[in-house]
Amino acid sequence: MNESRSDLLLLLGGVAAVLVLATIIGQWLAARQRHGQSAATPSAAQDSPQPGMSVVDNLNARINAWWAMVVLMGLAFLGGKAGVIILFGFCSFAALREFVTLTNTRRDDHWALAAAFFIVLPAQYVLIWYEWYGLYSIFIPVYGFLFLPILAALRGSTQHFLVRVAETQWALMICVFCASHVPALLTLDIPGYAGREVLLIAYLVVVVQISDVLQYVWGKLYGHTRIAPKLSPSKTLEGAVGGILSATLIGALLWWITPFTPLQSAGMALACTLMGFLGGLVLSAIKRDRGVKDWGHLIAGHGGFIDRMDSVLFSAPVFFHLVRYGWDVS
Amino acid sequence: MSTLRKLCIRVAASVIVILARFVTAVHARWQGTAPRTAQCIYYANHCSHGDFVLLWTVLPPVLRQRTRPVAGADYWLTSPLRRFIGRDVFRAVLVERDRSRRDNDPIAQMSDVLDAGESLIIFPEGTRNTGESRLLPFKSGLFHLARLRPDIDLVPVWISNLNRVLPKGEVIPIPLVCSVTFGAPLARVAKEDKKSFLSRAELALQSLDNGGSAAQNAS
Repeated sequence: MNESRSDLLLLLGGVAAVLVLATIIGQWLAARQRHGQSAATPSAAQDSPQPGMSVVDNLNARINAWWAMVVLMGLAFLGGKAGVIILFGFCSFAALREFVTLTNTRRDDHWALAAAFFIVLPAQYVLIWYEWYGLYSIFIPVYGFLFLPILAALRGSTQHFLVRVAETQWALMICVFCASHVPALLTLDIPGYAGREVLLIAYLVVVVQISDVLQYVWGKLYGHTRIAPKLSPSKTLEGAVGGILSATLIGALLWWITPFTPLQSAGMALACTLMGFLGGLVLSAIKRDRGVKDWGHLIAGHGGFIDRMDSVLFSAPVFFHLVRYGWDVS
Repeated sequence: MSTLRKLCIRVAASVIVILARFVTAVHARWQGTAPRTAQCIYYANHCSHGDFVLLWTVLPPVLRQRTRPVAGADYWLTSPLRRFIGRDVFRAVLVERDRSRRDNDPIAQMSDVLDAGESLIIFPEGTRNTGESRLLPFKSGLFHLARLRPDIDLVPVWISNLNRVLPKGEVIPIPLVCSVTFGAPLARVAKEDKKSFLSRAELALQSLDNGGSAAQNAS
């Protein structure tokens, strides 16, 4: 455990150093913008993700939010299994709240939705706590899938029935089932890695999130070929390739906190960042269909919880199963 | 008022604000107006008993202490808990909606509160809107109050999504993201008649319902 803790502190220290650097650059840009108005050209204002907020302001809001997220993650890690489960349970709750807000659910879904929030969500995390793999990996895909439509049917309304039950199931799959595979990493039994499982979570989150940041940076610097202009106008081929490859390199360099060799670590990072990128596209498609720019507003500069977690949601189950089939012995 | 009672009221107020934020993650949007320290009359759409709780939650705490909702005595005086929340925590101005049982004029009650320097939250539809229409036709109270106190700003406030959180007749609230949108104060027009004033006020309120939910499409 001591070795695990020192590795964790080293990693958190590294992340903090990156954030300190980002904060200094952000503040310098803001100061430059305040003095010389050259930075605030009309084109900068057009790029602005929020009206009345410049790119630099948005950048600084994002950096501040990163500080809060890193501190929260760090506290959860120090709290061990309970801390991580509570943190991701809350993330699931916030994500589900954002997701259901944008669905077509109506009054007749009231029982099904109440069960989704107050029975299915807590039950999934309790199952993770008890490390009951056989049940938590099918609880929502099988039992949620069967019983929630029953609750909706008992209310008697047939209007848009299939749309409504499908949306509720999708919301639970993405916001609860996928998210819960992050704390589920703690339940893996990897020889020679006992007590260090929390580092797998740190690895996944750092690789996927740094990939998002690097895709943004590469896209801003060199991006001009849009990949999916209809889904996500800001995603470019140059940004995606640059971001995914550089995040894969960082993943390889982080092999020392994982049970992988450097080459395996690069492969894992590539799988996670690819899934993360594609997950971002899928969730963007839903946002565009619903005519919203962000899922919510709770994380200043980023939007909602789902906006920040989208890539983790898609990569977590894949990463979990790759590690489980490749390294777990239980 | 005893210290213990004051403490209870403060604790209850904090619990209600935390619960409201937990369930609705409510956020304020100030469109065409900033949070104003000046006294004003907030007028809002009414779908749920929780409407003024949400509006109150997003107000800066300084303004909260000086803002009182106007609510129906028939609902808020029917049980000790409601009486505590309505009268003590929110300091609601309780008006009798049934004309035959009235012993004081609601408009006079409201203007007394304004004269004491406090702001008001009112729901000009007069009752909860549980139907499909976005807004029920306004009752004339807003017009009379506005005419009596022509210098106080009328700020339209659109509360979105709360009707989906707790539809009428349900017990368990569903967590959904809600927003409270504050618009620019309604311009005052001299010698305007009741009908055109009310329709202008309705329009100003409805125009704030833009970012609402895309969700109502299917229903």
